[in-house]
Amino acid sequence: MEPVIVFEQVHHRYSGEAEESLRGIDLAIESGSFTAVLGHNGSGKSTLAKHMNAILTPTEGRVLVHGVDTADEDRLLDIRRSVGMVFQNPDNQIVANVVEDDVAFAPENLGVPSEEIRRRVDEALEIVGMSEFKQHAPHLLSGGQKQRVAIAGVLAMQPEIIVLDEPTAMLDPQGRAEVIATVTRLCREKGMTVVLITHHMDECVGADRLVVMSGGRIVADGSPAEVFSRVELMESEGLSVPETTRLLYDLDREGFDLPLTALEIDDCAELVARTLIK
Amino acid sequence: MPELRIEALTHVYSAGTPFQKTAIENIDLTIPQGQMIGLLGHTGSGKSTFIQHLNALLKPTSGRVLCDGKDVNADKFSRRDVKWQVGLVFQYPEYQLFEETVYKDIAFGPKNRKLSESEIDERVREAAAFVGVDEELFERSPLELSGGQKRRVAIAGVIAMRPGVLVLDEPTAGLDPAGCRQILDNVAAYREKTGSTVILVSHNMDDAARMAERLIVFDHGHVAMDGTPEEVFREPRRLIDIGLNVPHASAIAMALRERGVALEGSIYTHEQLKAAILRAKEVGAC
Amino acid sequence: MLKDITLGQFFPGDTLVHRLDPRTKLILLVVYIVALFQAKSWWSYGLVLFATVLCMAVSKIHPRSIFKGLKPMLFIIVLTGLLNIFYTQGTPVLPGWIVTWEGIGRAVQMILRITLLIAGTFLLTYTTSPIALTDGLERLLSPLKKIKVPVHEMTIMMSMALRFIPTLIEETDKIMSAQKARGADFETGRLTERAKALLPILVPLFVSAFRRADELAVAMESRCYHGGEGRTRMKQMKLQGIDALALVLGAVFLAAVIVLRHFGL
Repeated sequence: MEPVIVFEQVHHRYSGEAEESLRGIDLAIESGSFTAVLGHNGSGKSTLAKHMNAILTPTEGRVLVHGVDTADEDRLLDIRRSVGMVFQNPDNQIVANVVEDDVAFAPENLGVPSEEIRRRVDEALEIVGMSEFKQHAPHLLSGGQKQRVAIAGVLAMQPEIIVLDEPTAMLDPQGRAEVIATVTRLCREKGMTVVLITHHMDECVGADRLVVMSGGRIVADGSPAEVFSRVELMESEGLSVPETTRLLYDLDREGFDLPLTALEIDDCAELVARTLIK
Repeated sequence: MPELRIEALTHVYSAGTPFQKTAIENIDLTIPQGQMIGLLGHTGSGKSTFIQHLNALLKPTSGRVLCDGKDVNADKFSRRDVKWQVGLVFQYPEYQLFEETVYKDIAFGPKNRKLSESEIDERVREAAAFVGVDEELFERSPLELSGGQKRRVAIAGVIAMRPGVLVLDEPTAGLDPAGCRQILDNVAAYREKTGSTVILVSHNMDDAARMAERLIVFDHGHVAMDGTPEEVFREPRRLIDIGLNVPHASAIAMALRERGVALEGSIYTHEQLKAAILRAKEVGAC
Repeated sequence: MLKDITLGQFFPGDTLVHRLDPRTKLILLVVYIVALFQAKSWWSYGLVLFATVLCMAVSKIHPRSIFKGLKPMLFIIVLTGLLNIFYTQGTPVLPGWIVTWEGIGRAVQMILRITLLIAGTFLLTYTTSPIALTDGLERLLSPLKKIKVPVHEMTIMMSMALRFIPTLIEETDKIMSAQKARGADFETGRLTERAKALLPILVPLFVSAFRRADELAVAMESRCYHGGEGRTRMKQMKLQGIDALALVLGAVFLAAVIVLRHFGL
């Protein structure tokens, strides 16, 4: 797999701040992969996300999107078109009073011909399952629905990569489930590269890769099962692990001989049941 | 310390228009003083409407809310006085901060009650201590603080009114796990020390299971379940049918039982689950 | 409450009026307003009233929605009516009364005029999505770009403002409730006290509006917004047969009102 976004020794310091928010990030996001970035508030995960479509540029080091340096201002539109970004607050990224007009915003900015925009808008709404709300006013939708409209708005640019910066932080459990299901489908069915920034560990379970950030650095990087099995590390970073891992970890210490790799509830139950019923 | 009685409470929004919507219907509840209550229900189940009746922010379409036997909507004065008895912390309360300094913002409630300067000062310090807001922050602008700190200052602003009933609507929404834990610990400590009633509105079943001694589940404007966590989580299927999650521990216990593992009791916390599995192992080993 | 404000609200639909080009509707509104101010006699008022009711019927906008929108203006409407009743010279209704027949007539006409003016504007905003409206405005005003008037910037600001009105109204309601829960009193006290009591609402509202603006700007840039240059539109505006027909009807209507006025009717 070729990397589509590459961070090379990236440092970032916000102007007026003494501390760096990113302290030497090396990271390559592979094409078609689903990467989750986990970290508590202030860990630098949002700063990391904002480097992926040149909202921020490194104060040191460089970020390459498809080989293009994000500091190259002449290529700004190319970068933003290929890396779609969804933000935390659904209300503050919807620009129009009608769902379909909002989804059309990006392709309109890109000068796409009208019939093509129409086609893209319909397709994008179809993918996120919001076609029947085409004519609705966004402020009357639920949080999860708004966020799906925001995702459709990004899809209409036809990006290869979609970066979601804590898209579920303001949603109820139902909305969270809707958004995560949509994002997972984008990766698995449409082959899109997905980067999901979050502080909900259960949202990382379905990812290919889990990157944990703390203090502007990457402190763990691997498959979710690998990363979560490092229970002590996760807890020392002020993060928790899924209840499944937690249980397997505790039982393991009580003398059960269990691997910590079963993250899904059914897998975990299967594992425990097998040791109990012999 | 007040006792709340809710009698046949109904609220209809936009009554008499095509947008008419019954948010809650015929709610009967008694909330004795000092209870720690978890209020559950999905978005639109009526729980937000319900809590805004407890301090007379909303007027019932029919039915009554009694605070220590007095109708909170009896007149202008009772509507005002109940706000000192029942403190309501809204969702994302940090968006209501407005004063130049943290101190002044926490003092806003007590000031509205026209208390003396020294009394206000005492309450501000006490409230700040409850939520772990350092006195060094008092002269800072609330807007400069971190998200978690802002949230705690906003909660202190309600605690400073010394309400006998503290209602918190999703106090941990949008916070990271460390921030959530801190807020919930603060709330537990507050209740421990003051003996106040606490009503915690939450989507998070694990928090509710861990914190509350009584759970009230709202569904379509009605009280669908009401009991101890043990009673409520004994019927995980029912919660799932209502469209709610069950605590992770309950879900794992359900999956184990489906696989023929005999686990005893109602399981909704990590410790219970672990203990039940260990017990099952012993029994199985015999 | 605040939620009742219907400014900038749009009721989606698929009637003839909904389908008209926004430019046509904007021009027709101007025609309508001119006609309204040309109307002098009961005949011409009747004609304007008829046109309004006809448009309402065709667009399937319920009169109740219009009346709801009128509510906030009620005070001004009543005041205008009263002033006209009491300050118009003429034949007293009863000997010695200050109220004159002319006064009553003028009051009714003034009330009609304001009501119809608002109703006409509502008909436009109710049947046209704000985006279409601002697009139409941008296109109608685009000749001004030649003399360096920032038409695109003006119209995009307008559409953003319209987009955020419902959001900010909802937010204001929430902040008010939160401050009331902390014992804030917005209803009693002297005027200065009441004005001061608004601070706890206005400050958080402004802070939040700025935060929203900030986030919105980043979100727009992330979606490749870079000004009006090279932008295309999904919904192309095309003047069609019904637009031509509507414009002709509008012209006939205006002409009729002017002719009536000419003949002193």
